Amino acid sequence: MNTMKSSTPEHDLAERAARRESFTTVSGRPIAPLYTPAEVAGLDYERDLGDPGEFPYARGIHATGYRGKLWTMRQFAGFGTPEETNARYAQLLAAGGTGLSVAFDLPTLMGRDPDHELSLGEVGKCGVNVTSLADMEALFDGIDLGAVTTSMTINSPAAMIFAMYLVVAEKQGVGWQTLSGTIQNDILKEFIAQKEYIYPPRPSMRLVTDVFAFCAEQVPKWNTISVSGYHIREAGATAAQELAFTLRDGIEYVQYGIDAGLDVDAFAPRISFFFNSHSDFFEEIAKYRAARRIWARVMRDRFGARSPRSWQLRFHAQTAGVSLTAQQPYNNVVRTALQALAAVLGGAQSLHTNSLDEALALPTAEAATLALRTQQIIACETGVANVVDPLGGSYFVEALTRELEEEALGYFERIDAMGGMVEAIERGYPQKEIAESAYRFQQAVERGEKVIVGVNGFVEPDEEPIGTLYIDHTVGEKQRARLADVRARRDEAAVRAALGRLQDNARGRANLMPLLLEAVRAYATIGEMCDALRQVWGEYEEVPVI
Amino acid sequence: MAKIRVVIAKPGLDGHDRGARVIARALRDAGMEVIYTGLRQTPEQIVTAALQEDADVIGLSILSGAHMHICPAVMTLLREKGLGDVLVVVGGIIPDVDIPRLQEIGVPGIFLPGTPMQEIVDFIRKHVRTRVESA
Repeated sequence: MNTMKSSTPEHDLAERAARRESFTTVSGRPIAPLYTPAEVAGLDYERDLGDPGEFPYARGIHATGYRGKLWTMRQFAGFGTPEETNARYAQLLAAGGTGLSVAFDLPTLMGRDPDHELSLGEVGKCGVNVTSLADMEALFDGIDLGAVTTSMTINSPAAMIFAMYLVVAEKQGVGWQTLSGTIQNDILKEFIAQKEYIYPPRPSMRLVTDVFAFCAEQVPKWNTISVSGYHIREAGATAAQELAFTLRDGIEYVQYGIDAGLDVDAFAPRISFFFNSHSDFFEEIAKYRAARRIWARVMRDRFGARSPRSWQLRFHAQTAGVSLTAQQPYNNVVRTALQALAAVLGGAQSLHTNSLDEALALPTAEAATLALRTQQIIACETGVANVVDPLGGSYFVEALTRELEEEALGYFERIDAMGGMVEAIERGYPQKEIAESAYRFQQAVERGEKVIVGVNGFVEPDEEPIGTLYIDHTVGEKQRARLADVRARRDEAAVRAALGRLQDNARGRANLMPLLLEAVRAYATIGEMCDALRQVWGEYEEVPVI
Repeated sequence: MAKIRVVIAKPGLDGHDRGARVIARALRDAGMEVIYTGLRQTPEQIVTAALQEDADVIGLSILSGAHMHICPAVMTLLREKGLGDVLVVVGGIIPDVDIPRLQEIGVPGIFLPGTPMQEIVDFIRKHVRTRVESA
């Protein structure tokens, strides 16, 4: 090893020219070569940053950061039958996971029973299939709902699935007042990005606010919504667009809650957020810090919220699924670790790390464990959790935080001018903005301006395939058999009566949660409950444009 | 020479349409005539669209794992309607074990995440039937 001796001390030579004409983030944001006090002039510490735990919370919502409590390591999981997923949960809890996070399959997410035509081949594939209370009981068999916190990624039929969870708690003898967890319940980002909508925007928003009102009284520790930028980003948005559209969705929910007659401080503290953690390290950290500052000011100044808990933006982060590659899949472990580190340095309250095989299939048990270990290594070995907001005051990070904030506020103005987010969605505005960004990024990759290791750089010709989880078609058969069994054993007249009352009240203004609970207790299926409301409200259809 | 006509479809219940939209634009920019069906199309709807649009190519975007149910249904219907010469390509999350199975039923082009757009454009140009042959 004599390379050290023979190498030229290049730093002694003349100043080098830049390697490229311009340097940009993964979102295409130009980055200056150096940031100095000049870039943060005008930034006032008390007004714009504040100590951690102090308004406007740019440095975090907890004075003690992760010293008081580490983030929750919450691994999203679900596949196949409720029994298979129940076993995966047992394994994740035994491995030191500290919360559950349910991934549902597409029939469940779209409010279709497994015997519906469009459920062909989809049952249990992207998540666990939950059709009736019988499935929810099997999913949480042996898990004390009073002792775990559960996050459920469910949107259009969020109220129906939440009703099933509440009835399982009831059967376990766990009081609703003590239940803690989250339902995603964020329909706006479905119209914008993930496209798992059922009803048109306005009745969909009513279901959301019914959950807000019901929980404010009956399930006070439950996070009634997780306003999600994750899917917006995965669909191709830039970091600033993710920030802007997510927070503007949050504003829309608060406005609809107030318009429904709720006191802002009665429901706003239960609003949580969910952001992507993408590959551009500092831009992501700046995004989280900007999100907290914007939200605090919006809640205090736009809505007049008085409770600090309404001002504090709490968020879950997930590493960027879209950044994972099918090529050289072990590289994904490294990508995920760096993305997770950004989320931690940005002050996430909970975190999911993706598994290395997710560009190929749902993760194997081994891959899911490695993803959890990645978080544990960050928490226990790197020392980053020892100090609160270690990057606060960095010229670069503070300048980037302010830039992202300004760009988001510009989007707020445009969307407010359209009348609000529901109106903007109806015009297809955020959808078009995101599609444009997605295409621009793809072109940058094609031109080689953005290098993705293993894809358009450092390519290996003959790769050995890795073993992946394979979900066979018998899941569909099993779930259809269980559905037939549930239908044979339940009191059909009670189901019809409950669904009839649900429809009657959907035409009026009563809160629908108690009626959904009644239908769930009678073992009405998700397809039956959603169909009952489809008949009243109709279905949303997007005009396909490219 | 007539433009290559492509129907891009999202079958099944999945709504993740980033890939479908990006490839639709890339094929259009490459000079092809692209028809995007939108979301939640049944195999019948997709084949009907291909028939009505006189498509040379059907591109299916499937990320949900339902490909082994959807692709055979599309291929059977195409043959029944006399459209056996339409080139069918699939993009999405497809496990390795399923790739030979899809090729066996007549889906020659299978593109996983990270595939360069140009590779798909080139594949279609190379494998599509020519308009002259089909006339």
